[in-house]
Amino acid sequence: MLTVNRSIRIGILAAALASPLAAPGASAATFKFASPVDAYTLDPHAVSNTLVFAILGNIYEPLVRRGGDLQLEPALATKWTLVDNSTWRFELRKGVKFQDGGDFTADDVVFSFERAKAGGIKSNLSTLESVKKVDDYTIDIKTRGVDPIVPMEITNWFIMSKAWSEKNGAVQPGSPDNKVETFANRNAMGTGPFKLAGRDPGVKIEFEKNPAWWDKPVGNIDKATFFVIPNPSARVSALVSGEVDMIDTLPPQDTQRIEQTKGLKVLAGPDLRVAFLLADVNRDELLYSDVKGKNPFKDKRVREAMQLAIDLDAIKTKVMRNYSKPLGLAIAPEVNGFDPELGKPVQPDVAKAKALLTEAGYPNGFSVTFDCTNDRFMNDEATCIAISGSLGRIGIKAEPRAQTTSKWAQQINPPGYNTSLTMVGYSPFTYDAHIFLTSLLHSRDAAGRGVFNIGGYSNPKVDELIAQIQSDTNPDSRRQKIREALKIAKDDVALIPIHQLNILWAAKDTVNVVQPADLAYPLRLFSVKQ
Amino acid sequence: MFRYASARIAQTVVVLLAIAFIGFLLVSNLGDPLASLLPPDATPQDRAALIATLHLDQPVAMRFLTFLKGLLVGDFGISYRSHEPVAALIWERLPATVELAFASLAITLLVGVPLGVYCGIRPRSALAKAVMFVSIAGVTLPTFVVGILLIAVFSVKLGLLPSFGRGQTVDLGFWKTGLLTASGWRALVLPAITLSLFQVTFVIRMIRTQLMEVGHSEFIRFARARGVEARRIWFVHALKNTLLPVITVLALQFGNIIAFSVVTENVFAWPGLGSLFLQSIQTADMPVISVYLIIIGAIFMMLNLLVELSYPLIDQRVLRERA
Repeated sequence: MLTVNRSIRIGILAAALASPLAAPGASAATFKFASPVDAYTLDPHAVSNTLVFAILGNIYEPLVRRGGDLQLEPALATKWTLVDNSTWRFELRKGVKFQDGGDFTADDVVFSFERAKAGGIKSNLSTLESVKKVDDYTIDIKTRGVDPIVPMEITNWFIMSKAWSEKNGAVQPGSPDNKVETFANRNAMGTGPFKLAGRDPGVKIEFEKNPAWWDKPVGNIDKATFFVIPNPSARVSALVSGEVDMIDTLPPQDTQRIEQTKGLKVLAGPDLRVAFLLADVNRDELLYSDVKGKNPFKDKRVREAMQLAIDLDAIKTKVMRNYSKPLGLAIAPEVNGFDPELGKPVQPDVAKAKALLTEAGYPNGFSVTFDCTNDRFMNDEATCIAISGSLGRIGIKAEPRAQTTSKWAQQINPPGYNTSLTMVGYSPFTYDAHIFLTSLLHSRDAAGRGVFNIGGYSNPKVDELIAQIQSDTNPDSRRQKIREALKIAKDDVALIPIHQLNILWAAKDTVNVVQPADLAYPLRLFSVKQ
Repeated sequence: MFRYASARIAQTVVVLLAIAFIGFLLVSNLGDPLASLLPPDATPQDRAALIATLHLDQPVAMRFLTFLKGLLVGDFGISYRSHEPVAALIWERLPATVELAFASLAITLLVGVPLGVYCGIRPRSALAKAVMFVSIAGVTLPTFVVGILLIAVFSVKLGLLPSFGRGQTVDLGFWKTGLLTASGWRALVLPAITLSLFQVTFVIRMIRTQLMEVGHSEFIRFARARGVEARRIWFVHALKNTLLPVITVLALQFGNIIAFSVVTENVFAWPGLGSLFLQSIQTADMPVISVYLIIIGAIFMMLNLLVELSYPLIDQRVLRERA
């Protein structure tokens, strides 16, 4: 009797446990997705971070936004024109309401500019001098010198409500030394397509459709929940068991399993980030090498030999499981200024590489420490090991030293630049080549140009072209100059491009999403089949 | 008694200070928090300004003193990662870890003690042999493997239980609990089993060995010779003598459960202290890591102190030895 009773009870329990998972959303389209990390903060001006922008881009809006293909679209501004060499005029959208019912006007834009300038995103707006209100729906942006790409630079500068910020004591942006927590860290209220419905830091963020949004959403999402699941296999399990509809950062080794599972699909798309190698071409003697008294990387032939030794296709197929795109430039094809001709990957030629190395005086090669990250992007450590193997073919023993990003950054970042050879990943926040040229290929100077030029490359011709690009308002001649600068740097082998990374998501077949290359989650463009 | 207690407490304070210092030193060598706080192309000026505001330019000893001063007045600092007060972050995550720890402690007691007693009394029975065989798996399998196996079976294959998170929580104002909702309980099952598996097998094995040892001791043999009922011998005389060391060890194991939960929490995306700790390590969020290490150290020390202070109640001889 007892056994029967118990088994019935277990049966009922099992049914009760199973039902909530089985029941699909009845009317409202809900969308649940998971990512390995949480947004650090909900404050749009506190930190320049792609994930923070990806989350907040659903709640807040910029003046100019990007579509799924990263093309510029009018958002809170309807029109923008260059008035004179240092002034951009933006006409603001009328009739836009904040989610608390307040009206959106030029005052909010001016306020958001002052606030952003005091926060961690200020370096993204460094060329903007001031924002002036002309009337309630017109503003002028003054730039420091000529800046032809202002609309591109402000797509992650989100507009906050002045009244809401003042009412809630959130006038100051969050900063690491804040002794008082700012309200905007945990709360968000913008003009965007979704409202913040719940926030549990490190656990989840809930979104709810904003019915009063000025634009029509393309998708059909009414409610969305963003979960943080750090462990990759737990993330995959959550998708396979149906608890979430989509996961970000699918481990490449699980792609086959997802493809073979009925009802699930792998979504791979280009990522703006490109991985490339930087060698120390500045010091007279390398910090971490057995070559003493001279620096082999100063010799262009050595750098060229390294480039010719690396088999990019093998890395793509063997290491990246085809989820990468070998490149001949260190900027992605989606970046303004990319040149398809220069962007073709260099074909490996080991014999020629060996000859070049011998010619440079290193017939037996040399050894050097190769600094890598092991948690930054897909298979970064494995890529380093493969590159090291490639270089070994011509006698260069590149010993990989793989570390976590925080350790690695501490070592290689300015002002130390303590590396002899390193692999880095970079994407320009303006989606334009100029910032890449300025921070990576310009000679390091006191004004902060070349700050991320880890190897210390310097070519006056490139520097001059960068200065010209800065002030060229004609798109065609500007692109021509970018091409020229990229070509000089490529001929100099200033850096060794490896590949463009892929964004790797997995989702249910019923889900229709777009994958912008800047890692955003534009929920307004997502839909779920009922 | 007073002298004994104050000596123990003084020792605890010294060890806590040492833990705080070691934690602080480890953490100050962990990496560059600027990497996660600043965009890669930040200007040197931005960098210098942030270094100054975080006091990273001061010598380690000065930073430790500032940190310690803060601890004493309850100011644990601000997280580099989320810009929120560390105390609030930790307090917010504590309920998840504590509930998970108590759930697995409950499983340990409810499953481990009866099975241990059974295996101790009937070591040669088939069931006891089976339990001992299975318990090898519990001792040897790493926690993350157990967790992933459970997820594969109960979430992915059978779809019975959630594979991640804590379900719906109810905020009681000072404590966010998952124990008041059905989804909270369902979410608790797999992580609690995962976390308790090692403890369960540990307790089974310990009680079994203890009981078998006590079973051979003279007073048990004497009781048997006097014709005392077997049930009474085991459950009154033998078990009483076995449970004292078991309770002592269990108290310390509770500290272990909290510390070990890092792995379990990671596998199940359980939003507790362990997850917070891992997330903080990834971003070199020094203030959170130091405070976490100190809190875990403090929990261990407190449990240890309680155990030590309870010794004189159990056995007056410890006091005499010191006097």
